[in-house]
Amino acid sequence: MDSIFDIFLLEAVLNGVLLGGLLALLSLGLNLIFGVIDVVWICYAELVMIGMYGIWWLHTQQGLPLPLAMVISISMVAACGVLLHQYVVSPVLSAEPINQLLVTGGVLFFLQAFATVLFGVEFRNVGFRMPSLNLGDMSFSGARLVAFGVAVAAIGGMWWFLRNTYLGTAIRAISQDRGVMPLMGVNARQIYTLTSALGGGFAGLAACLLVLQYDVHPAIGLTFGPLTFLICVLGGLGNLIGGLVAAFVFAQFISVGGFFLQLEWGYVIAFVFFIAVMFWKPEGLLSKRR
Amino acid sequence: MNLRHFSVLLLVVVVLIPWAGLGKYPLHLMVMAALWGYIYTSWAIMGRLGMVSFGHGAFLGVGAYSVVLCWNLWGLSPWIGALIGVVATVVLAVIIGYPCFRFKIVGHYFALVTLALSEVVRLVIVALREQTGGSLGITPKSALGGGESYSLMALQFDSKLVWFYIMLAFWLMALWVWHQVDRSMTRLALQAISDEEDAAASVGIPVNRSKLQVTVLSAVMTCIGGVLYAQYQLYISPETVSGISISLQMVFGAIAGGMFILLGPTFGAVFLLILSEGLRILVGNDIHGVDQLIYGLLLVLFIIFMPEGILGGLLKRLKAQPAQSGQQSLAQRS
Repeated sequence: MDSIFDIFLLEAVLNGVLLGGLLALLSLGLNLIFGVIDVVWICYAELVMIGMYGIWWLHTQQGLPLPLAMVISISMVAACGVLLHQYVVSPVLSAEPINQLLVTGGVLFFLQAFATVLFGVEFRNVGFRMPSLNLGDMSFSGARLVAFGVAVAAIGGMWWFLRNTYLGTAIRAISQDRGVMPLMGVNARQIYTLTSALGGGFAGLAACLLVLQYDVHPAIGLTFGPLTFLICVLGGLGNLIGGLVAAFVFAQFISVGGFFLQLEWGYVIAFVFFIAVMFWKPEGLLSKRR
Repeated sequence: MNLRHFSVLLLVVVVLIPWAGLGKYPLHLMVMAALWGYIYTSWAIMGRLGMVSFGHGAFLGVGAYSVVLCWNLWGLSPWIGALIGVVATVVLAVIIGYPCFRFKIVGHYFALVTLALSEVVRLVIVALREQTGGSLGITPKSALGGGESYSLMALQFDSKLVWFYIMLAFWLMALWVWHQVDRSMTRLALQAISDEEDAAASVGIPVNRSKLQVTVLSAVMTCIGGVLYAQYQLYISPETVSGISISLQMVFGAIAGGMFILLGPTFGAVFLLILSEGLRILVGNDIHGVDQLIYGLLLVLFIIFMPEGILGGLLKRLKAQPAQSGQQSLAQRS
C-alpha cells in the first residue's frame, strides 16, 4: 500500500505545480502579445534574459538593493517591449506572419550577442539565498514558492485588469476583432503600445522570479524560450486561460518525467506530447478561435 | 557571352582556384561556403514553396549524429551510418509532415511545430549523454592512425582539397535538384497550393502528397549535409547541429541571400561566412559575439527592408531599370 504513495513522487508533482506557476506567467505575456497584436515574439525569452542581467548588474555590480534593481529592470524590459514593437514589429505587421517570426528571430540573436559582448558567457548569479520549506521528507525551494506566489498574484492582477478596467476591456476587445476596434473609437496604436509594455513588463517580472532560482547566461533563453511558445500554442495562441492550463500540464510532464527518468527526458516527453496534441487539435487544447 | 557561358566559366574558376596555392585557412572557408551553400539550398527547396520550417536542425543533427555514433559505438562505416540517418530522417519528416499537412498546419504554427521537433532531437541527443557525450559533443574516432591520409571506408580525408571537391559536388547536386523541382509538376502544384490551397485541391492536385514529397526531399538533403559536416569538421555538439539556433541560422542564410532564387541560399552562405570571418579579423577574437550582433541586426533589417534577400533585391532592381527608361521615353513623347 505504501509503495503506491511515494513521497518523492508527490514532491515532484508539487514542484511541477510550482514550476507551472512560473511557466504560466511566461506564457501570459506571450499570449497577450499574440492575442492583441497577432505576432509571436520569438525573442520573448531573451527579453527575460535581459531583465535577469539587468537585475544582476544593478544589484551585484552597482550595489543597488535587490527590490530596487527588480523594479528598475521590470520597467526597462517593459520599455524594451515597446521599442521592439515600435521599431521591429510595426514595419512588418502587414507582411506575412513568417516575416514577423523571422524579424523577432533576428532580435533573438541580437540580444544574445549583446549580452555576450557586455557580460561574457560565464554564468552569473545574484547570490540571493532563500531557505527551503520542509514538509516531511519533501523539500521545496523557498525561491520557487515565492515565484509561484508572485506569479499567481500577477496573473490574478492581470485578470482583474482585463475584466474591470477600460483599457483591459479594450485589450480583450481588440483580440476578438482587430478590424472593428478602431471603428469603436479605440486607438489601436495606443493599445498595441500598452500591450507591448505589458508583455515586456511580464517578461521583466518573470526575470525577477527566475533570477532568484537560476544563474543567468546569454543562452538561457534557449532553455525556456521554445518551451514557452509550445505552451502558448498548446493552449491556443492568444488564449490566456489555455496558456495557464497548458503551462501546468507541461510542468507536470517535465517534473514527473524528470522524476522517473533523467531531467531531459521530461522535456522530451513534454515536447512529444505537444506534437501529438498538435495533430489531434491543431488549434490548441482550449482554443476558441481557428 | 551570355549568362550560361559566364556561369560555366565561373564554375571552372571555382573548381581550379585551390590549385592556385591557397592556404589551409582560405581553403577551409571555401569548404564551409560550399557546405553551407548546400545546406541552405536544401532548406530553401522547401522554404520557397511556402513551407517555412524552423526545424531543419533536427535533420542536420540526425545525419551528423547517426554517422558518428554508428562509427564510434558499433564500428559501422559512415556509409552505413549515413544510410541509417537518411532512413531516420525520412521517418521523422513523414511523422511531422503528414499530420501537419493533413490537418492544415501552416504558417507560423508549422514553424513552431518544426521548432518543437528540432528541440526534441536536441534534447534526446543531450539526454543520451552516455552514448553521445551530451552537450560536450563528440568526435568520430580517427581511422587515419597509421599515417594514411584518407580512409574511404571511414569517410575521413585529411586533405581539405578533397573535401572541397566533395562539398562542391554536393552543392552542384543540390542546385540540380532545385532546378529539377522547379521544372516539375510538383513545384507548380505547390505554388498553386500556397496561393490557394482549396482551389488547388479542387482541381485534383494531390496537396498532401506534393508537400510531403518536397519535405522529405529537403529533409534528406539536409541530413546528408549533417553527415558531411560531421565527417569534415570531426566535432559535433547538440547545439551546433540541432536545435533552434542552427535551424534559425539556416532560415536566415537562405533568406538573406534570397530564397526564391537558385543561387540565393548559396549567396547567403557566402555572405554569412564573409560577415563572420570579416568581423573576426576586424574585431579580433577577444570580443565574442560581435558577429552574432551584426548578424541579428542584419536579419531584422533584411526582413523589414529586403525580404526577398540580397540577390533577390539586386535582381529586382536590375529588372526594374528597363521599365523605368521605357516609361521615361513614353513620357517624353507625350
